[in-house]
Amino acid sequence: MIGKRPGTSSRPSGATFQDGRRNQRPAPQAKRKPANRLRNEPSPKPSSGGARISEVKTATRFRAWRRHHANMAVDSLQRLLRSPLASLMTWAVIAIAMSLPVALYIFLNNAQLVSSNWDGNAQMSLYLEAGVNDARGQALMQELQMREDIAETRYLSKEQTLAEFREFSGFGEALNYLDGNPLPAVIVVRPSIQGVEAQEQLVTELDQLPEVEEAQLDLAWVKRLFYIMELGQRLITALALLLGIAVLLVVGNTIRLAIENRRQEILVTKLIGATNAFVRRPFLYTGIWYGLGGGLLAWLLINLSLFWLKGPVSSLASAYASDFSLIGLGLRDSLLLLLSSTILGWLGAWIAVGRHLGKIEPR
Amino acid sequence: MIQFSNVFKRYENGHEALQNVNFHLNEGEMAFLTGHSGAGKSTLLKLIMRMEIATRGQVKIDGAHLSQMGSRHIPFLRRKIGVVFQDHQLLFDRSIYDNVALPLIIEGMDPREIGKRVRAALDKVGLLSKEKFTPIMLSGGEQQRVGIARAVVNKPPILLADEPTGNLDPQLSAEIMQLFRQFNAVGVTVLIASHDLNLITRMGLRMLALTEGSITHDGVPR
Repeated sequence: MIGKRPGTSSRPSGATFQDGRRNQRPAPQAKRKPANRLRNEPSPKPSSGGARISEVKTATRFRAWRRHHANMAVDSLQRLLRSPLASLMTWAVIAIAMSLPVALYIFLNNAQLVSSNWDGNAQMSLYLEAGVNDARGQALMQELQMREDIAETRYLSKEQTLAEFREFSGFGEALNYLDGNPLPAVIVVRPSIQGVEAQEQLVTELDQLPEVEEAQLDLAWVKRLFYIMELGQRLITALALLLGIAVLLVVGNTIRLAIENRRQEILVTKLIGATNAFVRRPFLYTGIWYGLGGGLLAWLLINLSLFWLKGPVSSLASAYASDFSLIGLGLRDSLLLLLSSTILGWLGAWIAVGRHLGKIEPR
Repeated sequence: MIQFSNVFKRYENGHEALQNVNFHLNEGEMAFLTGHSGAGKSTLLKLIMRMEIATRGQVKIDGAHLSQMGSRHIPFLRRKIGVVFQDHQLLFDRSIYDNVALPLIIEGMDPREIGKRVRAALDKVGLLSKEKFTPIMLSGGEQQRVGIARAVVNKPPILLADEPTGNLDPQLSAEIMQLFRQFNAVGVTVLIASHDLNLITRMGLRMLALTEGSITHDGVPR
């Protein structure tokens, strides 16, 4: 608070106005007071510029600067809390604008988690040459198992593939009409490497093996999913940008109103000799509080929604025989959310202050 | 301390507020500025405070040429000038104490020192017992005295007053003038704009009379 009293005591202090002519020797005790120097100089010389009165030692000035920052931070927060409903509304608007992209981001994160689980199941089928016998096939499987980029291998002999085909294809009957077994032996490979490109590379490599007639990776859906994710990320970025601008505008407009409300105070302080930084400071802190409060509320909204979704999600997951559970905002993401909303609030305040404070000059 | 040399001020709407104003107020001097409303008293005070800039001529305050002063230096000029406004210009949402402390907070003074100075200033104007009041709880004369306390709390070398006795009865006016004389007695340069000729004559001090933007009288009135 501007002018917050150091103590509550109202008893008069011993200090009184310095009496006697200006040319008298200054009181020795008055020498310590830096702001008072001008009045104590025996013969003031004319100076150029108006900076002489501010000949306060740098350390003292820094302390005063820090004190004013602390006071303004507290004062602007108190002002917000004094009109709780209006402040809460601003906070809510910021929170909603912040939580939308964050919620989408969480959704995407979870989708990625789910898909990466599937990614683990993404498998390659190596169809072996007809001339390769079971023993050679088994050996190759063992060999592949040793590779770093392969997590798991499984060998299916001609008979096993036939049985599988019979079971799953629904064309089992047709097989009865064939002489012998047309199906090749298969090595099913689950790669340990992630990423479409790396897996594609592995497939072409395995395709070169002499025993392998053809290596196949079911890439179509992996690719689709990958592109959908990329699209989702772009959308979130665009949305975050737009809503970030919205936060700037909301804070800017609110600060503009605050400036209008305190117009008289700004005029008076400027007349008394306040610098622009001094006048600006409380409004910048107001912006910071709006941003930080909005961020906290957004964090709360998101965590409440996650809590609310937890039940249905786990029921759904258990229906798919999965132990999947939602991942929320980690510590890093939470801090990032708070930091970005605070910065947005501060920036919005800067914009408003830059636009409107300059216009308020005493006339 | 305050020096005007061939100062002209023409407003954007073409109004010639000041024409060829010359005067020099020495350090520690006290003078009155008088004239009808519209004669340019306010413009002259605004030039001193650098709220306006002279169209022509030089305004020098404590050795500094105001027309060459960068906007960064204006706050520091204003800290040297205590101003008592006709309409007090107090902040109604804070206590008397906080109002008077404002110039010291702007200067960045130590809070303990602020307490002493504010109480000393309030004591001087006789309002020490009302430091916790808000301006709205005070009478016009008391508000004016709060304005005076605020103007002198940082011990500025210059004190300006714009119609400080405008709405006060003669008794209060005399008291306030007495206050100004006391500040002058400790070396403050005082310039008071007033149209209360009676009072000015009684004080027997230097008087600058403005008529339509020009100084038509400079000296102790007879």
